Formats: sequence, C-alpha cells, structure tokens
Amino acid sequence: MSQAVPYTIVIGLEVHVQLLTRTKLFCRCPTTFGAPPNTQTCPVCLGLPGALPVMNRRAFELALRTAVALQCRIPPRTKWDRKNYFYPDLPKGYQISQYDLPLATNGYLEIADPAGRFAPKPIRIRRAHLEEDAGKSLHDEAAGVADSRIDLNRAGTPLLEIVTEPDIRSPLEAKTFLSELKLLLLYLEVSDCNMQEGSLRVDANINIHIPTASGMVATPIVEVKNMNSFRAVERALQYEAERQYVEWQATGLTKENAPKQTRGWDDQAEVTVAQRRKEESSDYRYFPDPDLAEVTIPAHQIERLRDEMGELPGALRKRLEQQYGLDAYASDVLVNQGKAVVAYFEQVARQCGDARRAANWIQQDVLRVLNERHIGIEQYPVAADELAELLRQVGDGQLITSRAREVLERMVQRGEKLEQAIAALGIQSVSSNQLRELCRQLVEANPRIAADVRAGKRQAVGALVGQAKKRNPNVNPAEVQRICLELIEQSE
Amino acid sequence: MWQERSAIEWLRWLAEGRVSAVELVDAAFQAIERTDSRVRAFLHLRPEQARVEARSIDERRRRGEELGLLAGLPIAVKDVLCVRGEPTTCGSRMLAEFRPPYDATVIERLRAAGAVLVGKTNLDEFAMGSSTENSAFFPTRNPWDLSRVPGGSSGGAAACLAAGQVPLSVGTDTGGSIRQPAAFCGVVGLKPTYGRVSRYGLVAYASSLDQVGPMARTAEDVALLLSVLAGHDPRDSTSAPVAAEAYHQGLDAPLGRLRIGVIREHFESGLSPSIAGAVRQALDVLAQMGAELVEVTMPHSPYAIAAYYLVAPCEASSNLARYDGMHYGLRCDESLPAGDGNEGRQDASRLVRVYRASRSQGFGLEVKRRIMLGTFALSAGYQDRYYVKALRVRRLIRADYERAFERVDVLAGPTTPSTAFRFGEKLADPLAMYLEDLFTVGANLAGVPALSLPCGFDENGLPIGLQLQAPWFREKRLLQLAHQFQQRTDWHKRRPAL
Amino acid sequence: MPVEINPALVRHIAELARLELDDQLIQRLASDLAEILAYVERLDELDTESVQPMAHALDLTDVFADDVPGPCLERQEALANAPKKDGEFFLVPAVL
Repeated sequence: MSQAVPYTIVIGLEVHVQLLTRTKLFCRCPTTFGAPPNTQTCPVCLGLPGALPVMNRRAFELALRTAVALQCRIPPRTKWDRKNYFYPDLPKGYQISQYDLPLATNGYLEIADPAGRFAPKPIRIRRAHLEEDAGKSLHDEAAGVADSRIDLNRAGTPLLEIVTEPDIRSPLEAKTFLSELKLLLLYLEVSDCNMQEGSLRVDANINIHIPTASGMVATPIVEVKNMNSFRAVERALQYEAERQYVEWQATGLTKENAPKQTRGWDDQAEVTVAQRRKEESSDYRYFPDPDLAEVTIPAHQIERLRDEMGELPGALRKRLEQQYGLDAYASDVLVNQGKAVVAYFEQVARQCGDARRAANWIQQDVLRVLNERHIGIEQYPVAADELAELLRQVGDGQLITSRAREVLERMVQRGEKLEQAIAALGIQSVSSNQLRELCRQLVEANPRIAADVRAGKRQAVGALVGQAKKRNPNVNPAEVQRICLELIEQSE
Repeated sequence: MWQERSAIEWLRWLAEGRVSAVELVDAAFQAIERTDSRVRAFLHLRPEQARVEARSIDERRRRGEELGLLAGLPIAVKDVLCVRGEPTTCGSRMLAEFRPPYDATVIERLRAAGAVLVGKTNLDEFAMGSSTENSAFFPTRNPWDLSRVPGGSSGGAAACLAAGQVPLSVGTDTGGSIRQPAAFCGVVGLKPTYGRVSRYGLVAYASSLDQVGPMARTAEDVALLLSVLAGHDPRDSTSAPVAAEAYHQGLDAPLGRLRIGVIREHFESGLSPSIAGAVRQALDVLAQMGAELVEVTMPHSPYAIAAYYLVAPCEASSNLARYDGMHYGLRCDESLPAGDGNEGRQDASRLVRVYRASRSQGFGLEVKRRIMLGTFALSAGYQDRYYVKALRVRRLIRADYERAFERVDVLAGPTTPSTAFRFGEKLADPLAMYLEDLFTVGANLAGVPALSLPCGFDENGLPIGLQLQAPWFREKRLLQLAHQFQQRTDWHKRRPAL
Repeated sequence: MPVEINPALVRHIAELARLELDDQLIQRLASDLAEILAYVERLDELDTESVQPMAHALDLTDVFADDVPGPCLERQEALANAPKKDGEFFLVPAVL
C-alpha cells in the first residue's frame, strides 16, 4: 500500500472458476449459458431418485492442467466427497465436492506490479478442488413472502475452487492476483473467466492486524461476497479494511472474541453489508461419495500435462524482454492481452526486424482499435504480415511515421491491403533529386525566409517545410528542413 | 397349475407355441386376483400395459422376429426401481405421487429381453427393514403363514413368487433384503457381486452396499434372470467393467471336488435348532454331491452387524436428503403443533419449516431412525469414532472373505437365524430386527455374491434358507451348485396352501 | 465409553437432518439410538489403527465419461413431479 495506514491488511481469496467443458461435471447436460430455465437438466442434475453421477473426463483434465500450472502438489489419488446441506438450489441435499484429499495443494502464483506499487511476490495456493455448481434461485424481494423460483440449468456445472493462503496484503494485490490468475486460466484455455456470466466468482476473507502497545491485534475475519468485478473486489476490500479499523476503534472486538462474519458488497452504495446468518449450523458431514470411483493421477500424466502446457504468462514476459529487448512494461502489456496478441506481436517483430517498433505500434495503434471496437486480435483487420511490411518500410525510411499511421488507419477503417492504402493516399517515394529541386525552388521563391534564417531565426525554415508538404505530401519533413537549411547556408 | 412350471419351462412352451405371452400374463393376473388380497405382494399392477406388451411379443413371435431371453414371461419388480411415467413409491408416503421420467437400466434390460412387467412389489420403506412392515402402504404377508412376515425389504418380491403369482421377480439387497425374504418365503434369491448389476435407476438406500438381484422359485430361473440383469453400465460409475455371462447355460456342468467352507461363527449363538438341523442336512447333500466340507472361520463376522448399521445409515442419511419437498415428492406446509420439543421452530423460516414438515410427514419411523443414526454417526466429533471405524472394520470383514476364499470355493451356512416371525414381533425392538441380518450383511460389506435357496422347513412348516456365498463375480459357480442341489432335493417344489 | 444420547443431542441431530420430532419421538429415538450405539461399541474391541477405511465395495478407479452432450429432459418432464411450479421454474418457499 502506498498510503500509510496504521495496520496491515491480511487477505485470502476463494475463487470459483467454471471450467470450459461442453457438459456438466457428472452428467451430459450442456452447460450453455443463457438457455431458458430448466431446459438443460436430466435425472442426474435434477437429483432424481436413482440417478447416478459419472465424472466428466474433460473437467478433470482441465482442473489438473490448472493445478500443474499453479505449481501445486498433486496427490497420486484423489476422491469425491459429499458436502451435506439443505438448500432449494441443491437438489440432492448434498454437493459433490472434494474435502480431505483435494486434487491440488501447496501451489503458488507470482504477482508483480510494473508500476512498482508493491514488490513482486508469490501468493501461495492452499488448495484447488473440483466441485459441482448449484442451481440458481431467483427471488423478488418486493414480493415479500412469495415463492422463490429455482432454475437448475446451472446445477452440476463444473467448478474449480482455488483457495489462497492469506498472503495478500492490499486490495491492489488482491486485484492483481485475480488479474494474473484470470490471465493464467485464459492462457491455459480452462475457463472463459466471464464474471458477468458467473464463470469466475470471488469471495475474500479479510481482517487487519493492528500493532498496539500490548502487541499485535487481529480483527475478526470477514468473508466478503457479491463482488462482481475485479474493481469491485478492490473497492470492497478497501472499504472493509477501513471499516474494520473504525469498528475496532469503537468496539475493540478481535478475532479471538468475535465470530467470523459474512458481509456482502453493495456496488451501488459502495459499502459492505452484514448478511443474515444461515439457519443451518455448518456441520456438513463430509464423507466419501459411494457413487463415484476414486481417480488415480500417475506421475507421467502430470509430466505430459507439463510438457503440453505451452508458455505461461510469467515465463512469456521474461522471454519477450530477453528475446526482443522489450522493457518490462511493454512485455507486461502485450502478455496481458493474451496469447493471440503475443503471437501477433512476435510475427510482426520477426518480419519487420524491429521488435520495439512492433511493440510500440501494437500498444499504441492496434490495442486502441481492439479496445474501441471490443474485438479480439483475430478480428483486427490488418494481418500481422501487412503490419510487419508497413513497419519495415518505416524502418527503411521509405515511409515516414505520420504517413504510415495514415496508411494503417485506412487499412483499419476500410479494410484495404497495404499497397491499396498506399496508392489511395498517393504515396510515392520522392527521389533525392526531386527533393533537392523542390527545396531549391522554395528557397528561391522565399527570400525573406532565407534572410530570417541567415539572421539566426532557424525556426523560420518551418514555413518552407509546410509549403513543401503542400506541394508533395510524400516528402520527408526532416529531409526538407535539412536540405533547405543547407541551401540557404550555401547561398550566403 | 400354471405356477408349477418354471420360467425356463414356460419359455419352452412359448417357443413351441403351446402358450402365448398374453395367456401367461392373464394367468399371472388371475393368480394375483385370487391370492393378492391376502398376500398383498403388489403395490401397483399394470394389467393393461402388460397385456399390450404381451400381445406385441406374441405378434413379433408370429412374425418370426428375434426375441429376447425373457420374451413373454411375466415379471414383478420391487417398487424401488424407476419405471418411466409409472408409480415408483419406494414404499414411502414421500414418493406416493412420484413418476420418474426415466427407466432404470435394469428396467431397460428387462424390456429389451421381452419380459412383461405385471407390477411393482411391496417393500419396507426405502428398502429399510426385514419384514415389509415398514411399508407406508400396507404389510405383505407370508404365503406360508399369513400371520407372519415375508421378510424384507424385498418382501413383496419374495411373496409373489411363493404365492405363485409370477415366475420371476426382481429384488434389491443392501444387507440381506433379497436373501432373507427368499429364505422366509421358500424361494431362491441372489445378491450378485457389487457392481455386477447396474444401480442406475435403483433408488438408493446405501449406495456402497445396494445391489439389484434376481429372485425365482428355482436356481435355474434365477440364473436366467441374472443373464438379463447383469452387465456393465456406463451410467453407473460403480458398475464393474467385467463381461456378463450366460448364467443359465451349463448349470449341470460337473463341479468337480468343490471345497465348501462352513462358517463356524454362523452356527454359534442365536441360531434356531431347526435351522441348524436343516442346514446341516443340506451340507450333507452337498457332500454327497462330491463337495468337500471344510470348516472356516470368519473372525470378524460377529462385528458385521455393527459395521453395517453404521455404514448403511450414514449413506442413507445423505441419500435421503434429496427428499425435501422442493423438486419432487411430498411437500407439507403445515408443521407439527408447537411443543417444547420444537424450540427454535418459531424463528425458523418458512423454507425450513417446510423442509421439516415434509420430511417428518413423508418418512416413516424406521427411515427417520436410520437417518438420525446416520446423521449422528457422520456428524462433527463422532464421524471418526463411528463411521470411519465401521469402514475400517469393513475392510477386516472383506479380508476374512479373501482369506476364506483362498481355501474354499464356496461358503455355506444358514441365511437367517430364525424363520419367519409374526407381525409386530420385532417392531418395537429395532436392534432385534437388525440382528435378522446377522448372516447376510457380510456379503454386502465385502461385495461378494450370495444366494439363498430353500433347504427345509421348521416345526411350523416355515421355509428355511441355505446361504451360499462365492468369490467376487463367481455367480455362475453359486448357481451351478444351487441348481444341482435342487436336482437332488424337492424343497423348492413345495407350495404353500393359499 | 458409550456416548450419552440425551434429548438435546437428538434435537440437534434432528435439526441437521431437517426432521421435526415431537417430544415422544425424541424420547423414543434417544433410547433407540442409545441401544444401537451401545451395541456398536463392540467395534472398539478391534484394533483398526493400521486398517484403511473401505468406502467402496470394489476398488474401481478412474471411471469417466467423455465430454459429449447427451439428451436433456423436456422442461415439462423436468417439472412434472414438482409440488409447485409455474411452467418455467420450480417454486419453493422464499429463500432470502
């Protein structure tokens, strides 16, 4: 934290990630988002009597891939447990999850801030496990005692729950961790991480440690829910830390003498609100699900996953810096855009021969268009080899930068090819003889300006450059200036 | 009389055109009509659909089409197996109105084999019980003595065979629920190896113990039915990827010098003398058939009931959590009158009150008792002591079987400690009822196949069952031995006077 | 040593199991459970410290299905058994 506060913030995150499978975790109903209510169900995910679960192979593989990427310890054998509780969106009366032998434990994910607001650090992953999602309850608060409506389309969707150790020390770190985790998951192609559609959900546990005369005091841990964006996470945690400090000052309550609390983030009011405790006493009576076989994870399977994993964001940033001489900021920007942008960059860099120019153009020109149009690099109208050729011509001095930008703009707006755009803009290269002749005519025609220059007002030559551009827009202004000054000095 | 013939014999008659499927179905319904007001084996009958299905079988036979193994045979199914669009009550008020939108795998297999489902048989609620007295609808009576229970939980499934209503019946067995009623009713029942028959569509009681199995009056018919029921099912993760066999073929093949282990512990305390005598005689028959009798000890068998009555209720408490009045089944909005037993009720939300009312009114006493026992044994602070302890003992029990089967090919002993008891006799004492399963739960805990067949009658004329157990997936051996035993004895040919 | 099964414990368990029991039934189940638990105490005679718990009857592992969509129920079928529904949703007492 940059601003000094009289306490340390301690945060741990629980992230639920929906895995990119076509079907549910234990049945073959599709997981398509937005289907009409209760149209993607079968006896298994409705929890009908007699129906039995069968594990989705793909979901297991995606979870395992994530666990490997998070450097987790993976046991040779894992199993399924039932978490027993009653809720109307949970049709079996239990959730199939993993309790004491999760798929993954003891991993970590490195986070860093290119702006240097905190030092790079690993955030430890306590565990990651697979579980099935519940259905959706809809309740019209205004209707008072009316019924709630239950849609079980989502029931049984595969979720990977990732739990960190309380290693996070600021809301910014929390946000950075989430961005980095999301990026990793996108690189791994295990989730679309769409928060709006609930593919990525975050709960946070937070308290503050306050140094006092009698030693360190920890406030009661609060679990914060209902945070619907990374920005909301950052703001909710910021609010919550401050609230806890104020509350501690007022009540003196600590972790030792007050229970854990659940609070929801109200995005409009920008406050956290205490949530009603569930009537349930939380004795979930976990036990091994007798309907599901255990899963063995041979070492060679983990090796194979590691081999097939491809480059992950952390390694990729370092490689871009080393191989292409990019600075940390540029490599961060490119990598954060995802694999496809990096591939685009690498092709442009290779083909135009100037990686830094490629990085600059992509950061300034390409990404701006992607952002404005909300499109991915796949939909960007200019192919990598075309941009590379454009930048090569800039590098060779065939094209001046300002003209090159006009060319690119035209290619983007009209979908023209490079040559078409250059021709349409009337760009032709100007020979040095033509340029010299043009400058000679201008110097002759403007004796006053020549005089001013000779009198020491060198900036007066700018007017000649302007006239030159009017006569021939393809001239290189720097060249015009150099030649005109030379001619004026010679004619002295 | 129609009930004198076995399913195998009827199949021959059907093939020879001496009887039609429709005639067999009509005969079944006539027998039911004549006897079921007294026996009360059936919860639901489906005469119209059954006749339509029988007609279609006859039609296909006339056209010379390839027909399944059971084509045209009437069959009864325990009402704990899902039949699409038809009542599947599990003997519970909770599911009195429930109509599953799908068929159990076993039902699909029966349909594909051409069996004609005549109806669904009575059972202890959710298969929890040993007398069928726990049915929420009515108790089934033992055809040998209507003042006595048929056993349970597959009481209806056994009684309909003994009463000569149908030649084939499907039961389920979690701790003896096929074998004990088979013994009480003088019929043959087989609990297959765990994983041999699909559980998909079997409404779960205790998932790691439940198995669907065939019941009939002869071992040969049981084998025939198993040939249809058995096989791997990709919809059941606990289904064994082991090829099924034609169990009904080669039943006469010589068994050589089979080593039969007599479980010493099963002849110790609590066994009624008439059962001990009948079983000893049966063992002599087996010896005459060429088997070598070897005494074996199963040192952990005295612990089997204790382990079973922790493991099964624990799983049941979770399996039955789905009956909460939300998505199907009984929903009650009314709660019990206020009493000091229900403090905390007033502040509960309507949702919680509906949960409690629905489950309290939907479930009977024994189901509640097992849910309570299982919930307790899984709860924080008690799980290791009870549930996990029972799972450890379960492994010891399996190890007993593994050791025994290193020495012998089959284990033999009584199926039950006593013959059929009178209604109400054990209702007040749950533990006495649980001890009915003394000899049968071991096979469920270990997962081995076990069969009960008639081997005599006690002084009251009540049937006595001989239990044979074999190593995992050796059903064929059990069926051969039982069939060859029945070639030399006629216990299975006796019929109750109804 | 057997656990003491008192009415308070039975009520707590009934709460977990979402069962509503009247006083008479509480008493009855307290004594039934006490009797059954006294019986299962015999398991303590066995030293099982080195024995792995056995949760499954067969040692099957790695049972998977491919991630290929199969048929769903029609909504009407899915809702057919619902005690209360509105044609689109299951209706349940308000969750708040």
